[in-house]
Amino acid sequence: MVERAQPVSPLPGIGAAALVAALILGTLAAVALRAEAGGGFGPADWAALRFTLTQAILSALFSIGLAVPVARALARRRFPGRRALIALLGAPFILPVIVAIIGLLQVFGRAGWISDILGYFGFAPIRIYGLHGVVLAHVFFNLPLATRLILQGWQEIPAERFRLAAQLGCNGMAMFRLIELPMLKRILPGVLAVIFAICLTSFAVALTLGGGPRATTIELAIYQAFTYDFDLGRAALLSALQLALTAAAALAALRFSRGDGFGNGLDRPIRRWDGGAPIADALWIIAAAAFLLLPLASVVISGFAGLFETPALVFRAALTSVMVAAASTVILLLLALPMATAVATGRYGIVELSGILGLAASPLVIGTGLFILVRPVANPTALALPVTALVNAVMALPFALRILVPAARDVVSRHGRLALSLDMANMTFFVRILLPRMRAQIGFAAGLAAALSMGDLGVIALFADAQIATLPLQIYRLMGAYQMQAAAGGALLLLLLSMSAFWILDRGGRWHAEA
Amino acid sequence: MKHLLIAAGLLSATSAIAADKPQLTVYTYDSFVSDWGPGPQVEEAFEAVCNCDLNLVGVEDGAALLSRIRLEGENSEADVVLGLDTSLINAAKDTGLFAPSSVTADYALPIEWTDDVFAPYDWGYFAFVHNADYSAPANFRELANSETKIIIQDPRSSTPGLGLLLWVKAAYGDEAPEIWAGLADNIVTVTKGWSEAYGLFLEGESDMVLSYTTSPAYHLIAEEDASKSAAVFDEGNYMQVEVAGKLAGTDQPELADQFLEFMVSDAFQQIIPTTNWMYPAVTPAAGLPEGFETLTVPEKALLFSPDEAADVRDQALAEWLSALSQ
Repeated sequence: MVERAQPVSPLPGIGAAALVAALILGTLAAVALRAEAGGGFGPADWAALRFTLTQAILSALFSIGLAVPVARALARRRFPGRRALIALLGAPFILPVIVAIIGLLQVFGRAGWISDILGYFGFAPIRIYGLHGVVLAHVFFNLPLATRLILQGWQEIPAERFRLAAQLGCNGMAMFRLIELPMLKRILPGVLAVIFAICLTSFAVALTLGGGPRATTIELAIYQAFTYDFDLGRAALLSALQLALTAAAALAALRFSRGDGFGNGLDRPIRRWDGGAPIADALWIIAAAAFLLLPLASVVISGFAGLFETPALVFRAALTSVMVAAASTVILLLLALPMATAVATGRYGIVELSGILGLAASPLVIGTGLFILVRPVANPTALALPVTALVNAVMALPFALRILVPAARDVVSRHGRLALSLDMANMTFFVRILLPRMRAQIGFAAGLAAALSMGDLGVIALFADAQIATLPLQIYRLMGAYQMQAAAGGALLLLLLSMSAFWILDRGGRWHAEA
Repeated sequence: MKHLLIAAGLLSATSAIAADKPQLTVYTYDSFVSDWGPGPQVEEAFEAVCNCDLNLVGVEDGAALLSRIRLEGENSEADVVLGLDTSLINAAKDTGLFAPSSVTADYALPIEWTDDVFAPYDWGYFAFVHNADYSAPANFRELANSETKIIIQDPRSSTPGLGLLLWVKAAYGDEAPEIWAGLADNIVTVTKGWSEAYGLFLEGESDMVLSYTTSPAYHLIAEEDASKSAAVFDEGNYMQVEVAGKLAGTDQPELADQFLEFMVSDAFQQIIPTTNWMYPAVTPAAGLPEGFETLTVPEKALLFSPDEAADVRDQALAEWLSALSQ
């Protein structure tokens, strides 16, 4: 079969994917090769594997199951504060884990707000700890992300399709079957795979909300292999297992998410004529907002008092974090744009696969592997910040690809042939056609990458010395020094910075464009 | 790439400045080097007497610190490792990376210290911390039979968590599984590290949290808040002794010895109580800071020798896992 001529070359994207794969697999190999005696699999590891899979599958299904009606409601309704709400949806998963856990338990814990209200009416406090608690926490982290990704699917349906459907008198059900369901079929498998992969590597959240060692995940077993047993062989083996599970999920998602797009449109602003069920939509939006915003409110309330006694050091760390986030965003775009373009020009599933592995790679393994690789040539401490920016970019890559790939595919299929006939290939096409038409998605992906990088403790803890600290690391240090209030202030600062970075980049991409 | 170059440039610049003075690199845990820990004051005090550059490198916690040393092996940058405890000493010696030390001092430990490789710099008792107005149980059995809710740390990822494991084992031996089974319904949750557990306790999520008898001193001295107490158990409280040792591969053996001697001197020891919130290994001439006399002191100190700790550790962990995974 002769490949159809394409307006852009997939080679830079394939190169970027190879770099990412080399980073992830190379660090894993570095750890494995450094192992003295490799321990095999014990019964405890099988139990950890079972629990990890159960919670990851349930978390992904619940996140998606709830995200679809919420995204549908947000796609159909226009109301004051809608944009702010959508921006706030980005907040939960950019919080450092420790802050999010405490925020979540201030609402849902034994002494949380809900238990307080129940107690007021004479009911027992809710029991949050257990598998359901783990799933609740993971839905808290991932529902917003799922909602944003699915909402984007809705926004990419050309306005003409809704116009035609309205003209033909489609009711809500027909609209769902003819327009929305095919879109969901294309989008959902990928989103499901991403969330599954995120939950697969959960450790502190799963342990704390799970209520004890029943909730042991593979990531905890990796940590134990590193620090408690110093069994690098076992750590590498468990990490390889995580990668294999994620790769399997990603391949399944790629297989199931085939389907045709909606063809061309004239980029009109989307208008909807189907009334749908306004009350149901309102309820979905209110319920999701309450579920996501209450824990954030508790972070803001506890942080407010601490913000004014936050030491100057914390602000210095914040500056460091902003710089790391900026660098990480640039690295991310340099990797993700060529990769998304390569995927869009053909069947380069392998490029997408390499992109998703960033989520499944244990930060501890990547960090230790990089440490082993860097040490012979440079002082790892001096490279703490560049390494952190790089690893953060790789971890944000799967999200960026989910955002960029569908749009890139559309642009290439709509404008590719015309561009080729006009001799506007490669750089011209990339700069003049692809980038301008994808600026909304690029802004969203960049905002997400910046926010994720800002909030992620990442590998800095493995490399840092006393003089270098990012904001999340400084928050952990404050907590380790009993200064919970100042730490809460730092967390609020982090939340504000991350949200601003996200808001600026996301809005920047949508400038003069109705989303 | 640009960042790598900038970083490499900075690195060579700093090493050029340091070249005229010998440099001593000390690996320790992260909370030691943080600005609220002893690190900055220790660095200033030692550099005032050593005519050297003290480079403190923070690595997560004690267990991760030992892993780092094993990872780096004989080529480690470190001259001294500060921050292991008695449960890690055995594994640390087995690596063969540490050199004997001749440091001795008039230790204020409740036990006799005879180790020829590691010297202690501070110590404390593990204890359950609670609000002062809460009537705490007097021992593990009473705790197991009560409605008291506790938060503990996971022994696989946390030093206090491992301390509790050894505590129950030291107090109850073969009966430990039974004690854990009894405690299962008292445990609200198990956290990855101390910070999560203590943070949740302060938010009211449990009645007691596993910490140290010295924790109330922080609230009293730094926050002028006398509302926290630590429970003394009548079977004894398990101790943590934090130690430092010199690496055999150090290129600064004299400076490393000088640092270890400095570590047990007044200048270092007086920094410890109100930065690391532990008891100093040698009581400073000026005594303990005001407020420490209010702390509860267990009547009985429990501690496995490093050899015993290494022997019972894995079995105790298996018992803990099976009792709490039911």
